[in-house]
Amino acid sequence: MVELIEIINVGLFAAALRMATPIAYGALGGIFSERSGVVNIGLEGMMLTSAFAGVALSYFIGNPWLGVLGAVLAGGLLGLLHGVITVKFAGNQVVSGTGINIFALGFTAYMSRTIWGSRGASASVQGLSDISIPLLKDIPVIGEIIGTHTPLVYLLLIVTIGSFIVLFKTPFGLRIRAVGERPEAADTAGIDVYKTKYLCLIASGMLAGLGGVFLSLGHVNLFAFGMTGGRGFIALAAMIFGKWMPFGAFGASVMFGFADALQMRLQALGLLPPQVILMIPYILTVVVLAGVVGKAVPPSNYKPYVKE
Amino acid sequence: MLPQTIAIALAFGVGAITLLLTGYNPLEAYVAMLVGAFGDTFGIGQTFAQATPIIFTALAFLFAYKCGLFNIGAEGQFLIGAFFAALVGISFSGLPSFIHIPLALGAGILGGAMWGFVPGVLKAKLGAHEVITTMMLSYVALYITGYMVNYPFKAPGWVAQTVVISPSAWLPQILPPTQLSLSIVVALLLVAATHYTLCRTTVGYEVRAIGLNPSAAESGGIGIKKGIILALVISGAMAGLGGAGEVLGVHRRFIEGFSPGYGWDGLAVALVGGLNPVGILLASVLFGALRSGGMTMSRTTHVPLDIASILQALVILFVAAPMLIKYLLKRGGVKKWSS
Amino acid sequence: MKGITKSFPGVLANDKIDFVVEKGEIHGLLGENGAGKTVLMSILYGLYKPDEGKILVNGKDVDIDSPRTAMKLGIGMVHQHFMVVPSLTVTENIILGREPTKNRILLDAKKAFNDVKEFCDRYKLEVDLKALIHALPVGVQQRVEILKALYRGADVLVLDEPTSVLTPQEVQELFRAISALKNQGKTVIFISHKLREVLAICDSVTVLRRGKVVGTVKANSTNLSELARMMVGREVIFKFDKEQPQTRKAVLKIENLQAVDDRGLPALKGIDFNVYACEILGVAGVEGNGQTELVETLAGIRKATAGKIILGEIDITEASPGKRIQMGTSIVPEDRQKRGLIMGFSVMENIILGRHDQPPFAKGLVRINIRETLNYAKNLIDSVAHRSNGTINVREVLSSARKLMESLILGSRDKTTIAKGFVRLDITQTSDYAGRLIDEFSIKTPDKDTLVQHLSGGTQQRVVLAREFSRNPKLIIASQPTRGLDIGATEYVRSKLVDMRNKGCAVLLISADLDEIWALSDRIAVIYEGRIVAVEDPEKTSETEIGLLMAGGKFG
Repeated sequence: MVELIEIINVGLFAAALRMATPIAYGALGGIFSERSGVVNIGLEGMMLTSAFAGVALSYFIGNPWLGVLGAVLAGGLLGLLHGVITVKFAGNQVVSGTGINIFALGFTAYMSRTIWGSRGASASVQGLSDISIPLLKDIPVIGEIIGTHTPLVYLLLIVTIGSFIVLFKTPFGLRIRAVGERPEAADTAGIDVYKTKYLCLIASGMLAGLGGVFLSLGHVNLFAFGMTGGRGFIALAAMIFGKWMPFGAFGASVMFGFADALQMRLQALGLLPPQVILMIPYILTVVVLAGVVGKAVPPSNYKPYVKE
Repeated sequence: MLPQTIAIALAFGVGAITLLLTGYNPLEAYVAMLVGAFGDTFGIGQTFAQATPIIFTALAFLFAYKCGLFNIGAEGQFLIGAFFAALVGISFSGLPSFIHIPLALGAGILGGAMWGFVPGVLKAKLGAHEVITTMMLSYVALYITGYMVNYPFKAPGWVAQTVVISPSAWLPQILPPTQLSLSIVVALLLVAATHYTLCRTTVGYEVRAIGLNPSAAESGGIGIKKGIILALVISGAMAGLGGAGEVLGVHRRFIEGFSPGYGWDGLAVALVGGLNPVGILLASVLFGALRSGGMTMSRTTHVPLDIASILQALVILFVAAPMLIKYLLKRGGVKKWSS
Repeated sequence: MKGITKSFPGVLANDKIDFVVEKGEIHGLLGENGAGKTVLMSILYGLYKPDEGKILVNGKDVDIDSPRTAMKLGIGMVHQHFMVVPSLTVTENIILGREPTKNRILLDAKKAFNDVKEFCDRYKLEVDLKALIHALPVGVQQRVEILKALYRGADVLVLDEPTSVLTPQEVQELFRAISALKNQGKTVIFISHKLREVLAICDSVTVLRRGKVVGTVKANSTNLSELARMMVGREVIFKFDKEQPQTRKAVLKIENLQAVDDRGLPALKGIDFNVYACEILGVAGVEGNGQTELVETLAGIRKATAGKIILGEIDITEASPGKRIQMGTSIVPEDRQKRGLIMGFSVMENIILGRHDQPPFAKGLVRINIRETLNYAKNLIDSVAHRSNGTINVREVLSSARKLMESLILGSRDKTTIAKGFVRLDITQTSDYAGRLIDEFSIKTPDKDTLVQHLSGGTQQRVVLAREFSRNPKLIIASQPTRGLDIGATEYVRSKLVDMRNKGCAVLLISADLDEIWALSDRIAVIYEGRIVAVEDPEKTSETEIGLLMAGGKFG
C-alpha cells in the first residue's frame, strides 16, 4: 500500500501529460478528419510511419528537428493517400484506414531491417531535448508538472487552441463543418467539397505525425516495431469522448495518458504481472467507449460525396 | 474478380518498386517466393497449411461485414479460441479422440464467441463502434493469453508456452513433414456452411438484411440488436475455431506469439476475395503462399519478410478503391473492360 | 435555354427543351413528378451539364459548369430538399461560402450579422438570425434558403416545389414574399406540380410532360382544366367508386397516444381516434406535425410514452413490429427506399420480408415456444381425458395433437423463445409465391431475382404493396404512398387502397397531398402539433376549413 502511494507524485502527473501528448495529437487529427466527414481509422498507421520517418531522418542527417519535419510530411502524405482513396475514389473509409495501418506496420519493419538490420529497434538517434519555460517551472508543484517538457508538448497546447480557433472562428472551419455535416449544402453554396476534405485529411495526417514523432524522437530516441501500440485507436476514443471538440479531446487524452503513466509505474513496482498492467489502457478505452458513446453523436455524415 | 486481380498485380508492382529502391532485386525475390510456395510438395503443403487459419479469420470478417459490422479483432478472437482449445487439450486425458477433438474445437468456438459477444453487446446496446472495441479487445486477448502462458499455465523451460496437449486431442497431420492438418478440412466445411447460412437460412437472411438496411429490416420485424450480437458472436466463433484448429493440428500447445497476424491476413483475404466464399479460398491460398514463400525468400535472398506485409497492405489499399481500378482502366485506354 | 437535352441511364429527362423567361416576371414551370422540371433547373444552376443545347443569360451565351458560375451570373436556387446545415445558425448558413472576415483569417461574426439583417429588412423576410437551423420550422428554413440566394446576388430565383412543405397560410406568406421580390425587380421561376398555385402566382406558365415542352401560356388566358390536360395528356381519375360499409367495427383504436421524437421533444401529445373496417381515414396535415412519429409508433418502431394502441380486441402497445405484422398490420412507409425495401435484396427476398422465418417460406426447426407448447400439451391431455357421453372426441384429440406438433416444430415469435434455429428458407415455396405476386401486382421486373434497386420508383412501390397487401391484413397504414410517383403509378396505388378498403380492410392514410386525402377518404382527420384537432366528413367540410385546421386555426 505504501508503495502505491509512493508512485502518486509529481512525476506521475508530468508523465501523464507526456503520455497524453501522442494521443492528443492523434485525437486532434481525428477531429479534423471526422469533422470534414471522413472516418480516419488509419491514425495508428500514420503515427507509426511518422515515428519511423523522424528517426530515420535524424539518423541520416543528424538533426532531430528535420526529423520532426519529415515525420509531419510523412503523416500528411498518408493523410492525402487516405483522402484520395476515400474521397476521389469513394473507397470504403474503414478499409482504407486499416490498409494504411497494415502498410505502416509492414513498411516500417521492412525499412527498419533494411537500414539497421533489425526490425525490433533501431539505433539510438539524436532526439529532441527538453526545454524549460523559465518562469513556469518555478511555480511549486504545478511548475514541476508542466515546466519542463519536450517542445512538442508545448506545441500541443498551441495546436489545441489553434484547432479550436480554426474550427469555430474562421470561415474555413465553418466550411469544414458544413462539408462534414451536409456536403450537398456546402456544394450548392459554392464550396469545393473535395478540396476541403483533402486539406482536412492532410492536416489529420500531419497532426498524427506530430504524435508519432513524439513517441520516437521526443521520448525514447529510437524506433521500435509497432511502437504506437494502439494509441491511434485510443486517440479515436479520446476524440469521441471529447465530443469532437479540441479541448474535450485534449482532456480525454490526459485521462488516457494518466492511465498509461500509471501503468508504467505499476509495472516498475512489480505488484502485478506486466501483462495485466499492460491491459489497463485498452480496457479503459473499451469502458470509456461503452459509457460515453450513447450520448455522443458524431457531427458528420460520413457517406462519400459523389457528384454527378 | 477482375478488379481484385488488377489490384493484386498493382500491389506486386508497387512492391517491386519498393524492393528496387531499397537495393533488392524484385525478380529474385518474387521468384524465390514462388518457388518456396509451390516449388515442391513441402512448399505446397506449407502454403495450404498457412492458408488454413486465414480462411477462418477471413470468414469471420466476412460474416460480420455482411451484417454491416467491421470486426477487426479477429486476431484476438483467434487467440482466445486457441487458448481455450489448448486448455481442454491439457485438462483431459484418456478421452477417445472422437470426443476430445470436438470438445476442444467446441471450446475454441466458445472462446471466440465470447470475445465477439462483448463488442456485440456494446454495439447493440450502447452504440460503441465495433472497430475500436474489437481492436482493443485484440490487445487485451494478447495480454491475457500472454499472462496465462507466462504464469499459471507455463510449462517448465524458457519458452512461454503451455505443456503439450493430450494426443487424444491432436488433429492428424495429413502431409508430414508439412504442418498441413485436418484443420483445412474443417476450414473447407466452414466455407460451405457459411455460404449456406448466409444464403439459405433465415439467420443469414436477417443478418444480410440488417447489413443492407437496418431500418427496413426493423420494419420487417427483424430484431436489430439481437442480430448484431449474433453476427459478432458467430464471427468471433469462427475465428476462435481457426485458433483451435491451429493449436490442435499444428503446434499441439499454446505458444506465446504463435500467430504471425492471421487475424489481419483474414481481413485482407476477405477483401481481396471479393467478400465471397470462393474468392476467399483463392485469396487465402495467395496469402498462404506469401507467408510460406516469404519465409523461403527471406532465407535465400535476405529480403526482409515484412515485404509480405507490405504487399498485403498494398493489395488492401488497391482493393479498397474500386473506382481507382476503373479509372486506371479508362486511362490505360482499356475502356471495354470497365463495366 | 435552347434545345436542352439531358439523359441519365435509362431515362431521357430533357428532350430538346426551349425555355424562355422574361426579366421581372414570375414564370411557372409545371409538370408531373418525373417530367423533367428539376433536371432542367439543375442544369441552369450548374449541377448538371446538358448533353446538348445552350443557355443564354441576357442574350449572352454562357457555359454554366458549377453552382459558383451560376451564382456569378445571378442565378440562385432554392431546392425542394433544403440545403441547410442543421447545426449551424441561420447567419452562418446564409454566409456560407461568402464569409466576411477581419484580417482575412478570422470570421467577422458581427459584420455577417449586420449584412444579413440588411437583406432581411430589404426583402421583408423575418428570421431569427441567431437561431440554429434544426430548431426552426420548415417554413422559416425556406426563408433562410431564399435569403441565402439573395445574399449571393441572385437576380433570378428558382424555387423548386416550394409549397410542398407549407400550410395554406404559409403558402400565402410565400406568395407575398414572391410578389415583393418581383417588385424589387427580381425574376422568379416557380417549379411545381400544383396547378392551382401556379395559376395563382405566376405571370406565365411553361408545361413539361415526359421531358418535352408541351407549351407556354400566359396565366390570365388559361384555366385549370387546360393546364391539367397539358400536364397529363388525358383525363385523370379523381374519384373512386366506394361501396358502403356493412358494419361499424372498429379495427384500430388509439387512446391518448403519446411519444417523443428523435430529439426527445414531444411529437405525439395525446392522439385519439378509431379506424373502422371498410373505411379509409385520411389524416391531413403539414409534414412535421407528428405524422412520421405516429406511423413509427403504430408500426412498433418507436416506443409510445403513454397511451394505448388496440388492434381489434388486443392491446398491441407493447408488441414488437414482428408481432404486429403477425396480427394483421401492414405498413406502406413514406420512405420506401429507407424503410420499405432492402435495396440490395431481390424482389423475391423483399416480398417475404416480415414473414421470412415462418412457413411456408421457412421450414425446419424454428423455435420452441414453451408456454404455447405446454398449453397445447395440456389441451391434448384434456381432450383425451375429457369424455362426453363416455366417448373420447377423436377429432378434438387429433386437432390438439396436431397443434402440439406444430408448436414443437413451428413455434412462434415470443419472449419465451428458447431455441432460435437455423431455419432453412424454402426456396421453391418462396419462388412460387413471389412469381404469383409479380403477376398479380404487375410488377415490371426482368425476374424475381432482380435487385430491387434497379427498379423504377413506381415498380418498387408495387413490390411494397404486393408484400403488404397479400397478407390480407386487417389494418393498412399508408404513409405518403404516392410520393415521388408518376401519375400512372399514383392511380394504381390509390385504386389498390380503395380495393383493400372495399374488401373490409381498415385503412389509415397519411398524406400531405390534400387532393389525395380528398379523393380517397371516407373521413378526414387533421393532425396538428401532435394532436388530432378534428375528424370531419368530407361531404360536410371544405378545403379552406381543412387548410385552416392544418395550420392550427379553429374553424368559426
